[in-house]
Amino acid sequence: MENLNSYLIMSAILFAIGTIGVLTRKNVIVIFMCVEMMLNAANLSFVAFSRHLGNMDGQIFVFFIMTVAAAEAAVGLALIIAFYNNKESIDVDDVSIMKW
Amino acid sequence: MFDNVWLIPLFPLIGFLINGLFGKKIKNEAVIGGIGTLMIFFSFLVSCGILMQMIGLPPEQRVFEKVVFPWIHCGNFKADMAFLVDPLSCVMIMVVTGVGSLIHLYSIGYMHGEEGFYRFFAYLNLFCMSMLLLVLGSNMLVMFIGWEGVGLCSYLLIGYYFHKKSAGDAAKKAFVMNRVGDFGFLIGLFTLYWWFGSNHNIWTINFTEIKAASHLLPYGGVVTVATLCFFVGATGKSAQIPLFTWLPDAMEGPTPVSALIHAATMVTAGVYMIGRMSFVFIKSPETMMVIAVVGAATAIFAATIGTAQNDIKRVLAYSTVSQLGYMFLAMGVGAFTAGIFHLMTHAFFKACLFLGSGSVIHSMHHALHKIHSHDDAQDMRNMGGLRKAMPITFITFLVSTIAISGIPGFSGFFSKDEILWMSFSNAYHGNLNIVLWGIGAAAALLTAFYMFRLVFMTFFGECRIKPEAKSYLHESPLVITIPLMVLGVLAAVGGYLGMPKIFGMLPNYFEHWLEPVFELATEYGSKYAQHGAHPSHTLEWGLMGLSVVIALVGIATAFTMYVKNTELPGKFVATFPALHRAVYNKWYVDELYDFLFVNPCKALGQFLWKGFDIVIVDGVVNGVANVVMGISGIFRYMQSGYIYNYAFSMALGVVVMLGYYIFK
Repeated sequence: MENLNSYLIMSAILFAIGTIGVLTRKNVIVIFMCVEMMLNAANLSFVAFSRHLGNMDGQIFVFFIMTVAAAEAAVGLALIIAFYNNKESIDVDDVSIMKW
Repeated sequence: MFDNVWLIPLFPLIGFLINGLFGKKIKNEAVIGGIGTLMIFFSFLVSCGILMQMIGLPPEQRVFEKVVFPWIHCGNFKADMAFLVDPLSCVMIMVVTGVGSLIHLYSIGYMHGEEGFYRFFAYLNLFCMSMLLLVLGSNMLVMFIGWEGVGLCSYLLIGYYFHKKSAGDAAKKAFVMNRVGDFGFLIGLFTLYWWFGSNHNIWTINFTEIKAASHLLPYGGVVTVATLCFFVGATGKSAQIPLFTWLPDAMEGPTPVSALIHAATMVTAGVYMIGRMSFVFIKSPETMMVIAVVGAATAIFAATIGTAQNDIKRVLAYSTVSQLGYMFLAMGVGAFTAGIFHLMTHAFFKACLFLGSGSVIHSMHHALHKIHSHDDAQDMRNMGGLRKAMPITFITFLVSTIAISGIPGFSGFFSKDEILWMSFSNAYHGNLNIVLWGIGAAAALLTAFYMFRLVFMTFFGECRIKPEAKSYLHESPLVITIPLMVLGVLAAVGGYLGMPKIFGMLPNYFEHWLEPVFELATEYGSKYAQHGAHPSHTLEWGLMGLSVVIALVGIATAFTMYVKNTELPGKFVATFPALHRAVYNKWYVDELYDFLFVNPCKALGQFLWKGFDIVIVDGVVNGVANVVMGISGIFRYMQSGYIYNYAFSMALGVVVMLGYYIFK
């Protein structure tokens, strides 16, 4: 596996895109998708290292992360529905009451 | 019987609890009054039992200490809830429970129909309990509980008519002045405890133990300091100069209270305390001198004020202050027995006088109420000629007045003459003796004068009450007159217990009785007494005759001024207006104290309130809060509420931390 670096660079690019998306977008669903992208960037790194080191631990971790991501998706979508029921909106600027 | 001494304070305590907790529900005056009176009467019976048993014992065995329960045991310090039964406390419990029972009985009639009847009896019982603790306490701390307890009850009972501002003020005045004295008592206690402990490793506040160790005390020095502090306590409780002004104001309380607390019992606590610690006091010639001088000064000072007051109870109040001065004079000249003897006879005749005045006020009040008059029922200028309407009150009152004036055959004569004789013949004060005697004799003249002025203005002459009210004047019911009669008899014959030796008719029982208590003090005193020529019997007879003449002169003057020539007092006032004004206004002592102490205290309080509390204390508290608010005013803008701001700071934080570990 000479080109481990290319996997890692790919993972870093995906993570950065996800982070910037979370920071810049206002739509909750888009933010949510960006969070998923960041998790998958981490998954890519795990798999790449696992293959590179010949150790299966990383791949087991990936399963865990996917499970957590699925649970998170369920909770997060429920939150979004509750949010929409209250505000008729899924724009994060409309939930800014937690402030001074 | 001695073992049951703890029952004596317990009965009034039970009475207090029953009436205090359930009195409002019981409502029935007969039941409430009955419980209160019976409880103190039971104490009286136990006291009688103790007295009987003590009489049966030889003098040297007449001391008994009963530990009810251990109270404070802490390191070297040990104080038990313990009672001391000896001839002195025996006299005191007999006076307190005996006179107390009569006054409780009287109160059932006097307080009839008053709002808070149960409250009155509860306080009265509580007072008796405290007073009994005071006189029975076998160490200074138990005594101090009683000392404070009687002060509290005095406050509560003076302020019994609390809806009247004057009563509330009088109660506060009494309490504050007593506190000044209590402070002295405590300092004295600490001084004595500390001195014995640090110098001789005797850590004790127990009277018997102090007595046993009293030979270690030096003459003067630390003893003077301690005893002067104790004496300050005594002046507060017993209304001596300079702390006497609360007692006349205390007449705002109901009359039985004046009789019980402010004549017969509580105000004599100071005298008792000096008697209890006579073996300490005698070790300081300076303190003895101070006590004698203060006593004599108070006796004459209060007597002069008494001559010009028109309120019947106020005259009696100043008379009480004056008679207490006599007792302190006796203590100060080392005549402890005479002082305690006068305490007892005074309790009889002064309680009778107060109760008699209460009976008069009761009747006057009733008559004035019937005609809807707002005249003062206590002002002697509204009375006169009451002897026909109230014969029993008149006779008992007259007997007691004769007793206090010092006419031979009545109790006051024996005790007062003993004091005068001892102040003349004692061996402690050298040339001061003649001065002390002179002041005492002058005070006796004034006493006879103002007491008969009181009698003549109240019971003799024209009836000055409005004519239509006259028919409503009547003798008080039996429940009031029975205590009067008993006390009247005691006032007449009580003195035969302590007949002077030169009469040779009866032995001086009282002196023999108290001899074991004061033996040690006499022994210590003889160390510095000047043994001059022993005064002869002729001199004693002569002085006795002189004091009788003095009393008769006082009575004759009063008779001339208030019965025969009733325009004389007016002429006298017109001739000496300034003198009359000064005496009538009590020598402006209250005003002086207001100027010296009360107003500066108020000004200080005002300053501490406006200057210290509001500016500094409140300023610090509010300042801290303002600083916190100001700082958080800056930082609150970090809390924007937008999720991407929080996410950004999170990401930034991660980048910073990673950067730190990578590039360090």
